Amino acid sequence: MKHFKHLTKPYIVWSFILIVIPLLLIALYAFTTGGNAVKILEFTLKNFIKFLEPTYISVFFKSVKLGLLTTGICLLMGYPLAYFISRFKDKTQDLLILGVTIPMWINLLLRTYAWLNLLADNGIINNLLAMLGISPISMMYTDFSVTLGMVCNFLPLMIIPIHTSLRKMDNSLIEAAYDLGANRIQAFRRIILKLSMPGVLNGIVMVFLMSISTFVIPKLLGGGQYLLIGNLIESQFISVGDWNFGSAISLLLAVIILISMRLMKKIDPQED
Amino acid sequence: MNKLIEIRNLTKNFDDQQVLRGINLDIHENEFLTLLGPSGCGKTTTLRIIAGFEDPSDGEVLFNGIEISKLPPYKREVNTVFQKYALFPHMNVFDNVAFGLTIKKTEKLVVKQKVDRMLKLVGLEGFGNRDVTLLSGGQQQRVAIARALVNEPKVLLLDEPLGALDAKMRKEMQAELKNIQQEVGITFIYVTHDQEEALTMSDTVVVMNDGDIQQIGSPTDIYNEPENRFVAEFIGESNIIEGIMIEDYLVKFDGVRFQCVDKGFENNEAIEVVLRPEDLDIVSPDHAEIVGEVKSVTFKGVHYEILVETDKRIYMVHTTDYSEIGLWVGLSLGPEDIHVMYPMGSY
Amino acid sequence: MKKKKHIFSGLYIALCFIFFYLPIIITMIFSFNSSKSLTHFTGFSLKWYQELINNQEIVSAVYVSVTIAILATVISTVLGTVTAIGLSKSRKFLKEYLLNVNNIPILNPEIVTAIGLMILFSSIGIAKGYMTMLLAHICFCTPYVITSVYPKVRSLDPNLANAAMDLGATPVQALTKVILPLIRPGIFAGALLAFTMSFDDFVISYFVTGNGVKNISIIVYNMTKRTNPTINALSTIVIVVIILILLAVNIVPILKKSKERKFEG
Repeated sequence: MKHFKHLTKPYIVWSFILIVIPLLLIALYAFTTGGNAVKILEFTLKNFIKFLEPTYISVFFKSVKLGLLTTGICLLMGYPLAYFISRFKDKTQDLLILGVTIPMWINLLLRTYAWLNLLADNGIINNLLAMLGISPISMMYTDFSVTLGMVCNFLPLMIIPIHTSLRKMDNSLIEAAYDLGANRIQAFRRIILKLSMPGVLNGIVMVFLMSISTFVIPKLLGGGQYLLIGNLIESQFISVGDWNFGSAISLLLAVIILISMRLMKKIDPQED
Repeated sequence: MNKLIEIRNLTKNFDDQQVLRGINLDIHENEFLTLLGPSGCGKTTTLRIIAGFEDPSDGEVLFNGIEISKLPPYKREVNTVFQKYALFPHMNVFDNVAFGLTIKKTEKLVVKQKVDRMLKLVGLEGFGNRDVTLLSGGQQQRVAIARALVNEPKVLLLDEPLGALDAKMRKEMQAELKNIQQEVGITFIYVTHDQEEALTMSDTVVVMNDGDIQQIGSPTDIYNEPENRFVAEFIGESNIIEGIMIEDYLVKFDGVRFQCVDKGFENNEAIEVVLRPEDLDIVSPDHAEIVGEVKSVTFKGVHYEILVETDKRIYMVHTTDYSEIGLWVGLSLGPEDIHVMYPMGSY
Repeated sequence: MKKKKHIFSGLYIALCFIFFYLPIIITMIFSFNSSKSLTHFTGFSLKWYQELINNQEIVSAVYVSVTIAILATVISTVLGTVTAIGLSKSRKFLKEYLLNVNNIPILNPEIVTAIGLMILFSSIGIAKGYMTMLLAHICFCTPYVITSVYPKVRSLDPNLANAAMDLGATPVQALTKVILPLIRPGIFAGALLAFTMSFDDFVISYFVTGNGVKNISIIVYNMTKRTNPTINALSTIVIVVIILILLAVNIVPILKKSKERKFEG
């Protein structure tokens, strides 16, 4: 009804102020210098160039490395899980997927904090090892603990798209493959794997992008000195006060992610 | 019959397209009027403007003499039956039909009376509790009609209501709709692109094309006396031939003079002649003014469709008699079979 | 053959679930521990829950998390639903613009959204605190409501509102009696999503709040150095509440359906 189109007016105003303008402001800060208070509009690429310095670029590489590691582990662990779940009856599948998603709904900090109980020097795992006579391992504040936290947190993001694409697969395709002489491994490789590719790609992109932009998990499980891109951005704004540099990094991150998402939509145009 | 709705110079533009080009139309009480035309001719737009779902770009709509084009739909005394029924899926049949009455805060007892009576009228007695999404197309159609009629509007608007039904159901519903209209005694404004449907049900047919009205008349008028080539071609099959009106009651085409029953044209005026295929007969070539060879014979059940090629053109003939291909035949027609109209482009 | 496969896959699934739920279970178990230790379960005690209630800081943080989540959910659900309905009748250009802008908070990494809002608030000169946190939450919750409700609106027959008005309903009545009842599932899903996103949020809240206003996430963040069993108690409560809500949301519709079948049969 023609009257209803006016209903969008409030959100048009709201979204402009609270979504569009912040982005423009980030871009503004990224391309200028002069700090928070005084807006000296001096356009420069200084902030982006600063990012190329060894201290900072190493943060970038570390984030990418960890991101790839996390994504790889999630893929190796997640694909089989998604596959096995898809073999069950529909109702069971729904329940299992619910079980996979429930942790995601629990506050991230509480979940991550829970790992502290396990991994701390005087935590449960070390105590178990002590009981077995093995000397304690320092697990906190290492690559290991951060990766562990990220995998635990992002694994569902890998499982769900893969499972969705496996579930949608027409069983008769697999039967056709068997009928034409393929054995189980061949059928898997040529048919199932190939058809689940969109879901796999979706999962990979989601997990990778989330893991390079996270900052809570590295902070809690990696300690104060542990810096990924997310932590770098946080420190620029909270401790260092170089809003321009912080904005430049944020802008880079946002652009990388938005472009990747666009590419993803092109490869797999499924709408949820 | 009194004029109920008057449409004056109605114009409508959508973005850059002009969908209605200033049409004028009178609609009367108790009339079954059909807007007939191909897709895009403006018939549905006209209906929606009368209903209040679109605003005209120019012109006015008078209801009992009062301008209503500024009134919102819920203040007009018209009700609509939508093409895809638009039944409310979360309500059962009874609640759907009762909706208009419930909005007006009618007493429950009265509502029950009226709804039950209406369901009986449309042949859905006892269906009150049913889930509308589980009904057949024909049943949903009737619910939509009941829902509109129960509000006792002065005018019922129907937007291609039978389009989604199969052929047999459509024929049944056509008869039923006509009956309902006569029994309830209100004006129906019906939109369709199916000319057979229009000819079957209507008191008045309004033929539209490309935003303009081509002709207004009774079904027999439209069929027998098409005023222009568009109407002649849109309604039924026709043979259309250019010719000259020599004088009243005398026309010449294809090199032959024929007596005819039309008059009122200028002497020697260029005109077009419409010959309906079923008015032509195939006879022996010796006594015929028009002769030619049978090019094709197609069995259509009710008749044969025979194409005869003369030296000027191919004629289409509908006849129950079979002819052989290749036969040299003649075509016979009487004065009352010749319909003269103004040539295309002159109106 | 099949049985073997099922055992193997069942085992793997069980292992993965242990991986997911182990920290949570440990937390819950040790929240009842009578001592601070994580080694031995010395005895069942509710003392950490007692300390939880007495800890003013934590209690007010819970208050903040809950109230902001409720307010943000209500406001964003209304805003999002209204917008989704309007979107379905909007012209193409506006539709594209709004849908794309709407996606930005969803696709953007949280930290970028957080920074953007922080810069915005400081540029306008609003003091950071409860209000800014609320505004920020509404900002990132509404897109989720819109993406839940909009597909539902689109799936409706486009003439339903017209039909209602044709029968005498005003636009408001058409909305409340016809449209809203039909999109209710989408609205619920959106509201639930909004509540969870808000309750769960850390990053955005962290950057846009100030003046001592903290939610659960921020409090926990500040206590990173030691394991504090009070947090375990808090976690347990939160976990139980969320699981109950999720189970209710998922199981109630199933129960309703089997009740309905009993009536029809």
